[in-house]
Amino acid sequence: MSQPVLSVRDLVVEIPTRHGLLKPVDGVSYDIMPGEILGVVGESGAGKSMTGNAVIGLLDRPARISEGEIHLNGERIDNLSLRELRRYRGKQIGMVFQDPLTSLNPLLPIGDQLTETIQEHLSVSNSEAHNRAVAALEEVGIPAAAERIGSYPHEFSGGMRQRVVIALALCAEPTLVIADEPTTALDVSVQAQITALLKRLCRERGMAVMLVTHDMGVIAETADRVAVMYAGKLAELGPVRDVIGSPRHPYTDGLMGSTPLASKGKRRLHQIPGNMPRLGNLPDGCAFHPRCPYTQEKCLQNPGPRLKTTDGRAACWFPLDAPAAAKGVA
Amino acid sequence: MIAYIIRRVFQSLIVLLVVGLVAFSMFRFVGDPIDNMLGQERTQEDIERLRTTLGLDQPFPVQYAKFLANAAQGNFGVSYRQGRPVATIIAERAPATLELALVSGVLALVFGIGLGVFTAIRRNGIASNVIMTTSLIGVSLPTFLIGILLIYVFSVSLGWLPSFGRGETTKIGGWSTGFLTGSGLKALILPSITLGLYQMTLIMRLVRSEMLEVLRQDYIRFARARGLRERSVNFRHALKNTMVPVITVVGLQLGAIIAFAIITETVFQWPGVGLLFINAIQFVDIPVMAAYLMLISVMFVAINLIVDLLYFAIDPRLRIDGRHA
Repeated sequence: MSQPVLSVRDLVVEIPTRHGLLKPVDGVSYDIMPGEILGVVGESGAGKSMTGNAVIGLLDRPARISEGEIHLNGERIDNLSLRELRRYRGKQIGMVFQDPLTSLNPLLPIGDQLTETIQEHLSVSNSEAHNRAVAALEEVGIPAAAERIGSYPHEFSGGMRQRVVIALALCAEPTLVIADEPTTALDVSVQAQITALLKRLCRERGMAVMLVTHDMGVIAETADRVAVMYAGKLAELGPVRDVIGSPRHPYTDGLMGSTPLASKGKRRLHQIPGNMPRLGNLPDGCAFHPRCPYTQEKCLQNPGPRLKTTDGRAACWFPLDAPAAAKGVA
Repeated sequence: MIAYIIRRVFQSLIVLLVVGLVAFSMFRFVGDPIDNMLGQERTQEDIERLRTTLGLDQPFPVQYAKFLANAAQGNFGVSYRQGRPVATIIAERAPATLELALVSGVLALVFGIGLGVFTAIRRNGIASNVIMTTSLIGVSLPTFLIGILLIYVFSVSLGWLPSFGRGETTKIGGWSTGFLTGSGLKALILPSITLGLYQMTLIMRLVRSEMLEVLRQDYIRFARARGLRERSVNFRHALKNTMVPVITVVGLQLGAIIAFAIITETVFQWPGVGLLFINAIQFVDIPVMAAYLMLISVMFVAINLIVDLLYFAIDPRLRIDGRHA
């Protein structure tokens, strides 16, 4: 087995507040292999985006990494200074943000934004940078890229802009791409194009992709493996087929029950009772126990077992067995 | 774009016509200048002759049209006080005011933008907090007080800099400049600080708050995520976006520097247009007042037009809208 591109071990992100320490990410571990797409799903505030930001070192203060390690291609990157980290950003790690309407500088032609990124990381001449910029735009499917390179962001549609954003994230040929809700702000028809594009680029270049989203449909179509997050912790991690087909963690099970999937036919959608607890107000024991239909004595006192990177396991004291999961929560 | 410019120029002309009407009305309603111009020993004949010479016996619209036609050619009549053409007097005085305004404007812009960016980037640093606190002085102290304080410290107590006048000036063509002599440059220091300080602190605080807003935007985050240098993020990406709203205020403030040089020129007895205006008011020298009013309004209208055109240069999103306008 080859070396993982990204390897996160027991990552904890802390935010000190007046009311005590919050842990939006609490003991998360996962690997992403070359050419693999890891989907990270969860509700808002589950710590999905925070995990991605921690990897690229873009946590907004006062949030900070307090424990754990992040390795990129075997090198530890979580303890680098900002100056050292900057060389990884864009070069090794590309990032795609949620809203293509706001992630491009409105006053610079897209060509300038591309060439400055290329020349920041690769020592190439102006004309070579220009050629690479055109090639990057062509690769993400911008028609007539050579003519449109001088255009400003507002002259593109939302979907085209997200393609430009992806071209920008990938123009220095990173080995890891963190896509933070890349399709959330787009039309449904455009969403499918963008996920297909990400998937194609991932295969062609052998990149590792961390796809953060709350959309189970996108995960089912795109990801190879999926990490389900709940209240800052990993609830379940495994191959996407297994997790969707036979979830082990009651939360994943509930999540699947509440997602309309064509494969499951017509049925009444299930709803998980209650809300995800606020970070400052987590219950004792397993964070999911107040909403879990299978709660037992043990769950009230002991936090769920911390997931190691072994696939197909749920952070649950009483994981659902395959037949029970297949029935779903009626 | 062209259509937009033409429309703006047309609008500007209307504004100038209205200002011209106000300026002209002064002739009609602020007393009778003949009383001031002729001494006690006048005869009814003298009065009638002067009235005819000045065209004051003609009906109002004719006088207004004449006034506009003359003004358009740079002819604002004869100063009641000095008995010389107003245009000549203003041309003599303009270099002093323009040089003072230029130095103040450059000071205000360079330090205002520079310090604004600095305090935005290092927003929690000690230096930023000191600068922000100090800037309150610039915003809150009245200009004349700053001028008097500067004179007291640097002219009276320390004796380093002159307290009034322009120093030695050199004539280049019709333009008398203070830039070429040591005493001329020295004389510029205190007045230009006095005149520019308020504008500088205003620009600085504005740049700072706009920049803080811009630094929160997604494209700045994205620029960081692409590994661009802080310098590039701050100046190439953030500062340019900061300038769009800042330009409006800066443009008007630069206009204000020229228009409101009156106070500074009075404090420092600076032989510029502002001082000329103050003296004209004391003497009810209406042609000078009217000419000054027209000049200032032409300047403000021109600055507004330039500001609008600068938007086009900076913000590509407007260029498209402009085509349809």
